[in-house]
Amino acid sequence: MSDVLIRAKGLSVGFPIGGGLFNKQILKAVDNVSLDIEKGSFFGLVGESGSGKTTLGRALLKAAPITAGGAHYSDGEVDYDLEKITKDQLRDYRKRAQLIFQDPYAALSPRMTVRDIIAEPLEVMKLTKSRQETDARVREIAAKCRLNLEHLRRFPHAFSGGQRQRISIARALVSAPKFIVADESVAALDVSIQADVLNLLKQIQSDMGLTFLFISHDLSVVAHTCDHVAVMYLGRLVETAPTRKLFAAPRHPYTKALFSAIPSLDPDDRGSAQKLKGEIPSPTNQPSGCKFHTRCPFAIDHCKQVEPKLESDATGHDVACHRWKELMAPQAA
Amino acid sequence: MTALIDVQNLTLKFRTDEGLITAVDNVSFSLNKGEVMGLVGESGSGKSVTAKALMHLNAKNAVYSPESRITLHTDKGPVDVLSLKTHRELNIVRGGAVSMIFQEPMASFAPAITIGKQMVEQLQLHGDYSNEKAKRWSIEMLDRVGISDAAKRFDQYAFELSGGMRQRAMIAMALSTQPKLLIADEPTTALDVTIQAQVIDLMKDLVAEFHMGIVFITHDLGVVAQTADKVNVMYLGRMIEEGPVREVIRNPKHPYTQGLLAALPKLDDLDSPLTPVPGDIPSPLERPTGCVFHTRCSKVVGDVCKAVEPTERRIDATHKVSCHIYEEVPA
Ligand SMILES: Nc1ncnc2c1ncn2[C@@H]1O[C@H](COP(=O)(O)OP(=O)(O)OP(=O)(O)O)[C@@H](O)[C@H]1O
Ligand SMILES: Nc1ncnc2c1ncn2[C@@H]1O[C@H](COP(=O)(O)OP(=O)(O)OP(=O)(O)O)[C@@H](O)[C@H]1O
Ligand code: SF4
Ligand code: SF4
Ligand SMILES: [Mg+2]
Ligand SMILES: [Mg+2]
Repeated sequence: MSDVLIRAKGLSVGFPIGGGLFNKQILKAVDNVSLDIEKGSFFGLVGESGSGKTTLGRALLKAAPITAGGAHYSDGEVDYDLEKITKDQLRDYRKRAQLIFQDPYAALSPRMTVRDIIAEPLEVMKLTKSRQETDARVREIAAKCRLNLEHLRRFPHAFSGGQRQRISIARALVSAPKFIVADESVAALDVSIQADVLNLLKQIQSDMGLTFLFISHDLSVVAHTCDHVAVMYLGRLVETAPTRKLFAAPRHPYTKALFSAIPSLDPDDRGSAQKLKGEIPSPTNQPSGCKFHTRCPFAIDHCKQVEPKLESDATGHDVACHRWKELMAPQAA
Repeated sequence: MTALIDVQNLTLKFRTDEGLITAVDNVSFSLNKGEVMGLVGESGSGKSVTAKALMHLNAKNAVYSPESRITLHTDKGPVDVLSLKTHRELNIVRGGAVSMIFQEPMASFAPAITIGKQMVEQLQLHGDYSNEKAKRWSIEMLDRVGISDAAKRFDQYAFELSGGMRQRAMIAMALSTQPKLLIADEPTTALDVTIQAQVIDLMKDLVAEFHMGIVFITHDLGVVAQTADKVNVMYLGRMIEEGPVREVIRNPKHPYTQGLLAALPKLDDLDSPLTPVPGDIPSPLERPTGCVFHTRCSKVVGDVCKAVEPTERRIDATHKVSCHIYEEVPA
């Protein structure tokens, strides 16, 4: 029986935007999302740019304001309702749940040495008792992330994107967390190193019994590393399934479009990818009914009026589309 | 074919507390108008630094060797990029004839100034634009890169946009001055594939429309296959392989290029584990002797790889590789 580490129920995050007092608008960055992340899983989150992936990840870390619904964290030692979490609990939660940043350039303070960057969480959270203990811990984690002693003395500006990423990973791991949100953390890496870091993350995951929420644009990477994948579009969850099921038989038209847009390695196969037309609708001015209808090749009138609900099935493959069944039928266009 | 930029013997070191770091080691290449060059390579191999050199834009601690020569062919004749000094001179390349889309999206927008204001300033710095004309053109560019509500985004700050939108805003800003050479440093890394496909199409259109040359830095060999005419592969500051895109992707010669292609996660085979190129990238302070790749290479031949740096050899008319395994094919 698998345990759920994080359960989100109807989770929404809205940002107030716009200038004047009377035309304040709410931008729904995450809208009514429910999902379960099982303990020990590598849970992938993919979707359009601006679809709310980072915001959802931050909400689960209690670093973005939850405006409706909620999320529950339960690791066997503690049980936190993220909506009603107390100050003391939050301090403890910060140890248990960590973020690896999307943009390793913005994330690392230029005036600190790599050693100090990695050590900072330990010092801020007072997790070690002496400088020796801190140093030992930093060295151990740095070695896990293949950073050597000489790297530790240097400043981040002297490192390239990929190296900085490993510094970010080491910093996130140093407090021995249980849950990690990894936001685009391999996007800055070239493939030989990417494969290595992915293997490293998987290794660390099994060694340390971690649970990952892995946010990425790279579907091939997600296919290879994640055991479960959720697809977002304009703040909604449109499809979620065990990885193999999703890649073998995607149900949502947006997921299908994502798959077909993966750039082919064949230089003579240019432009054969089925391309989505149209722009991503503005999140402040969202389409009615199904949010994808403005770009969906299969949209019908019903789609414009009624928002499809996420339909669950027994195999854990959920989809929010009015027409998925008829579109899966072999004769469907 | 008309040459656009010509790089000869580019060697670039950084002065640091721990001594000189070699970031680019004797690299030569050239690019014609209307050509797209894909620049790939290991993290830290010197791609960004090479690209920044094309605009003479590296950090103050950068030291160029006296042999380094970068020539940009503009409408007004050739420009010796590395000899440019004053702001005025540098404006010829920076944001003028050459535009760069940076790897770090936040770095290219000032946090306290709206996106629109920055675009307008950039346009007025390099051309004769009234406020109104600059605004109209900026909004049109934002719209063309697929930003919804362009007129509204014009008045927003970079931090208010999602990562992908920020990237597109940056592309719009870089293209707005209609540069001769566009340097795109990982421009689609933060985008999802459906938008990436649109941005790639957009860049191809622009090459055709403005006959622009593009240096496209990316880790994604799929993106290279879809966009580039030719590919250059870097490792630890060395250009180790170069050739037409079909050749390099279908018939890679350098053991590192072969390793890169083998390390790609393949969608049609989820069962086999990912195969990284073994070993670690050496520290730039401890550059390996001989072939810079020998510490990770599975094809090392005898002692020669450790001792002798392989020269570039021609495999056929357009395909070159720096590796001892191969013999130069006589021209
Ligand atoms: N602090 C904020 N204030 C206002 N709007 C915000 C804020 N943070 C995010 N948003 C908006 O919320 C939406 C979702 O943004 P988010 O960064 O979560 O997207 P994402 O899926 O991570 O995109 P990307 O793949 O481009 O990183 C976007 O429209 C974004 O502009
Ligand atoms: N200002 C600087 N001072 C010292 N060293 C530097 C400086 N800028 C870059 N370097 C070093 O130069 C080398 C090349 O860096 P560069 O950023 O060009 O790599 P890259 O190929 O773009 O890598 P990535 O794919 O990770 O972005 C690296 O070893 C880096 O640490
Ligand atoms: S509900 Fe309609 S518009 Fe939405 S994805 Fe399904 S078919 Fe397309
Ligand atoms: S020169 Fe030797 S070490 Fe270098 S790539 Fe060729 S075989 Fe490998
Ligand atoms: Mg994001
Ligand atoms: Mg770079």
